[in-house]
Order: sequence, then structure tokens, then C-alpha cells
Amino acid sequence: MDLCLLTRKSDIEWWIDPHGAMRVPGIIYATEGLVREMDAKVYEQVANVATLPGIERASYAMPDAHWGYGFPIGGVAAFDADRGGVVSAGGVGFDISCGVRTLHTGLTRQDVDPLKKQLADELSRSVPAGVGSVGRLHLGRGEMDAMLAGGARWAVEQGYGTAADLDRIEEHGCMAAAKPEEVSAHAKERQRDEMGTLGSGNHYLEVQHVVQIFDAAVASAFRLHEGDIVVSVHCGSRGLGHQIGTEFLKRMVVSAAGHGIELPDRELACAPIDSPLGAAYLGAMRAAINCALANRQIITHLVRKAFAQIVPKAELPLLYDVSHNTCKVESHRVGSVVKRLFVHRKGATRAFGPGHPDLPAAFAAIGQPVLIGGTMGTASYILVGTADGLARSFGSSCHGAGRSMSRHQALKQWRGRQVIDELASRGIVIRSPSSRGVAEEAPGAYKDVTAVVDAADRAGLSRKVARLEPVVCVKG
Amino acid sequence: MTRAARWEHFDHSADIGVRGVGPTKEAAFEQIALALTATITDPAVVRPNVAVEILCEAPSDELLVVDWLNALVYEMATRHMLFSVFTVILEDSRLTGTAWGEPVDIGRHAPAVEVKGATYTALRVAQDPDGAWVAECVVDV
Repeated sequence: MDLCLLTRKSDIEWWIDPHGAMRVPGIIYATEGLVREMDAKVYEQVANVATLPGIERASYAMPDAHWGYGFPIGGVAAFDADRGGVVSAGGVGFDISCGVRTLHTGLTRQDVDPLKKQLADELSRSVPAGVGSVGRLHLGRGEMDAMLAGGARWAVEQGYGTAADLDRIEEHGCMAAAKPEEVSAHAKERQRDEMGTLGSGNHYLEVQHVVQIFDAAVASAFRLHEGDIVVSVHCGSRGLGHQIGTEFLKRMVVSAAGHGIELPDRELACAPIDSPLGAAYLGAMRAAINCALANRQIITHLVRKAFAQIVPKAELPLLYDVSHNTCKVESHRVGSVVKRLFVHRKGATRAFGPGHPDLPAAFAAIGQPVLIGGTMGTASYILVGTADGLARSFGSSCHGAGRSMSRHQALKQWRGRQVIDELASRGIVIRSPSSRGVAEEAPGAYKDVTAVVDAADRAGLSRKVARLEPVVCVKG
Repeated sequence: MTRAARWEHFDHSADIGVRGVGPTKEAAFEQIALALTATITDPAVVRPNVAVEILCEAPSDELLVVDWLNALVYEMATRHMLFSVFTVILEDSRLTGTAWGEPVDIGRHAPAVEVKGATYTALRVAQDPDGAWVAECVVDV
């Protein structure tokens, strides 16, 4: 991105001053190096989001922002229904409520090292991953609607995990006001065989070890210590979310003119929050959030069973579960008033700080864990939300490294076998049904996750707590 | 002079661009479907054993090609199939298509990635000055 287009507010905050149809400024939180690396399309997309009706404060981009669909990936924007605000299917994305959850294990590196190949085999056998894989659970119509209304709470009622897990999930595991009746028969059909499956692409299941603690007090409150083994799962609402995204995107494109909305980009397709289409999308999107929460809950159960087979002494309580692609109704201060806003996070993590009323009791005094996924060869990070983040970015932070190279380019540069062998030489065990999939996800095809996380920390969006490195990675 | 029908991929930072080129609009639609399969596996290893009929309708060529690709994504996901031969008939705003393929065989197809959906990004259906029809967009994987 050309720095000349931006106003530098500090070494970590860059503004796109309102011009043309922009109603608010664009604000990018990133170091100069990260801004330079960003695609010019990010500038265009941040500015386009700022033109949408009812937007409040600013159109934000997180440090990992890259070229997305309508919204940049790493984009955050909030809308006020009372000012004609909109809800955007493009602003949530195709993989609704894609997110990360991290589980403790009670194990150390010494416990796992001699068993990591067996663990990798058992995990890849237990958790269906990749194209054409099907889950062991097949939902009929009534069960499907119950799952879409109940989320992880439904999954726990079916015997997947425990009630204690629900306190460690956003929305306590169940997104309210979901409307399964707004989810099409096609979307439900696409999900019928996909419960408890990981998917493919950048989705993964990783056994990780804690290699560094940055904030001992918060790490202790999160029960994280150097040398600990944890498990992280990255996946979303599977076919159901994708189908909802696809269908509503088209409906919103076709109806935009009728709603008096001029779209600078078709992918910004949106509808007034108060319109029948806006309400239908919100109901379906919330059902998809529940699908993602239920899916990660079922996978958690499968992971626990796999660990019990290989390391019986392991116990895997949930640290936390965060979602990246959502629109949620939240209270935020705008000027001197507090408003209920529809906050879109597209490839961005909610990062509420200490004292926020929406946090579970365990994190009320310290802020929520912010789980940032890296690549299978580098690192992941756990951060903590900040109280100041509310004013900076509606309480949002980055979500991952973000790609620096297309899949096409990655395939030209690496072979899957070569990536697997190189990681094996560093003690990282990879399991994947697709060698080409591994090549496309090569660690070198991603931005430096450490630079992204450092920028989020310096910008005050969230603060670093621990660095995790992979031991075993199961890819789709 | 129009060139022979072909497909190709183009770069998108996080995902993949698919492009079909052909002497007719129908041929471009058939080729972009092959480009879609090629994001997942080599189309040459997918046996065209089973036919699936597809109908789509949309108010413009561009929305129609996205609908066509999304219909294929849906059929692949729900039937657990991959496709390698396509025929398309276009009449006004309607598309009647057939996709031939077979059930996914993880060992033989080694599918790389699952397509979540076709998008309106870099979306274009047009006839180039040399007479060739081009259909292209980015697919989210």
C-alpha cells in the first residue's frame, strides 16, 4: 500500500481521510512495514466500507488485513440501525463464525514428545478432515434445527463435552435469536454429513507447546505455563455457513438498489438492519454461529477421546473459544452516548478487556483470551483483551498471520513432501490427506505472525501473553 | 479468430481466481467449471461416470456464472463428488448444465482444498477483442 495515501497518526495508526462517498475515516492499525506489505486493495476496501449507511466512528483494519471480499479480511465496522445502518453478508464472509478454540491438556513437552506420532495418527483418524470427509453424526431435520438454535449448548446436551465448557465460549456457547427457519434447505443439506469435521484450507488441529510467556500474571490466570502442551482447533460453520453466505450475498446484491443502497463493490452487498432481508440474514447468520460453536464442541469431544487413547492421564478443559467472522449486537460509546451497534468482524477477533460485562466470570477481572493462529511451521499466540481496545477498534484485534503469497504462487514454490520433511526435521509432525494442500499452506506463504501480533500489542488492541509452537498439526 | 477453449487460474492473495476461455459463452462457462475442479484436484484423474443435471437462473451473465459455480460447489459437497466434463446451454437468463464425475476417492484424487463458494470478486463475463469469451471470478477456499 502506498503510504502517501495515508495520514500517519502514530507509528502504529494510519488514517484514510474521508473522501468521496466515505462517511467516516478509515483507520489501519499496523507498523509501517506491515502497511507497506498490504495489498492496494485493502486501501480500496477499507474506504469502500466507510461509505456504507449508518457506519459509526470508522472503518477499521487490523494489522493482518489483506484483500478480502468487499470488506478486507481483518476488517471491523459497526452500524447503527437507527441511522439506517446495514448488515452485510460480505462483511461477515462465507465461513461464518470460523474461529479458534484452545484446550489445556495438563501435559508437558516431556509427556508428549515420545508419543507425538501416535497422537498425530490417532487425532487424524478421530477428526475427519479434508475434502470428501464426513462426520459420524448425521442430523435429521428436527435435530438440525435444534443444533442451529442451541449451538455448543445443544452439543453438550447430546453428550459432547461438559457444561463447564460453555462458560469458556463466547455467548456461553449459544448465540441468541438464531432463526433456523431462515436457513435454506440447501444449507441444511450441505451440513447433514459435516458435523464434527475440520474442513480444509487454512483450518487445522494442532498440538502446541507454550515456549514463551510475556505476561506472567495473565498467563497464570489463564493457567498457562512455559512447557505446557495445549491443543488448538481452527474451523468454522462448514458447508452450512458457506451456503448461507452464498445465498444471502446474491439476495443482497439483487435487492440493494431497491433499498436505495449504492454498492461500490458487489461483495459489499448489504441490507438495512431493519428490513425483512436484514432480519432474515441476521437470523440465519446467528444459526450459522451456533453451527460453528457446535462443530468445534463436537471436535473437542473427539480430541478428548483421542488423547484418552494415547495419554490417559491427559485432561482437556477448554481455555476459550473465539469466532472471527461474525456480526454481533454490542454496546459501544460513540461520542458521549452509548449505542447498541451491529459490529461486523471479518477476519478479526473480539478482544474484550477487563471489566467488560459480556465476559464470563473467569475472565471478568483480566480480560478475555485472544487466540491467534499462525502457520504449521511458525507459532501461534495467546493475547488478552484490553479495556482501551473498545475505544480503538470496538474491542477487536487481529486473527492470524494472513497470507502473503497466493496458493497458486505457493504451489510453484513448494512441494507438500518437502514441507512435511522440513517440518519433521524441526520436530513437527504433519498429518494431511493432501500433499498439495500442505504445499498451498506452506509456512512461507504467510506473513510473519510475530510482526502482526507485535503490532496488535503496540497498538493496544490486545496484549501478548504467550507464544505457542506446533508439535503436531492435522490439516484438512 | 477465436482461440481454443481453455481454463486457467489467476492469483488472489488469500484464495484462487478461476478463468474459462472459449469460442462461445457456453464454452467459457464449461471451461471455468474445469478451472473450479482444478483448484481441488487434477481434472484428468476424475472419471466422468455419473451425470448430474444443474439449472440456474440469474438477472445477468455475471451473476449466472457465479450461480453455476455455486451450484457445482453444492453438488460436490452434498453428493461427495468431483466433476470433470461439463456441458452448458444458455437461454436468456437461464442455464441448463450437466456435470459428469464420480464420488471423491481420497487416495486417487488427493483433493487439495474444499471450495467454500464462488464470489463476485474479479468477476467478469465478456467477449475479448479477439472474439474469445472469458468468464472469471475468485473462489473462496
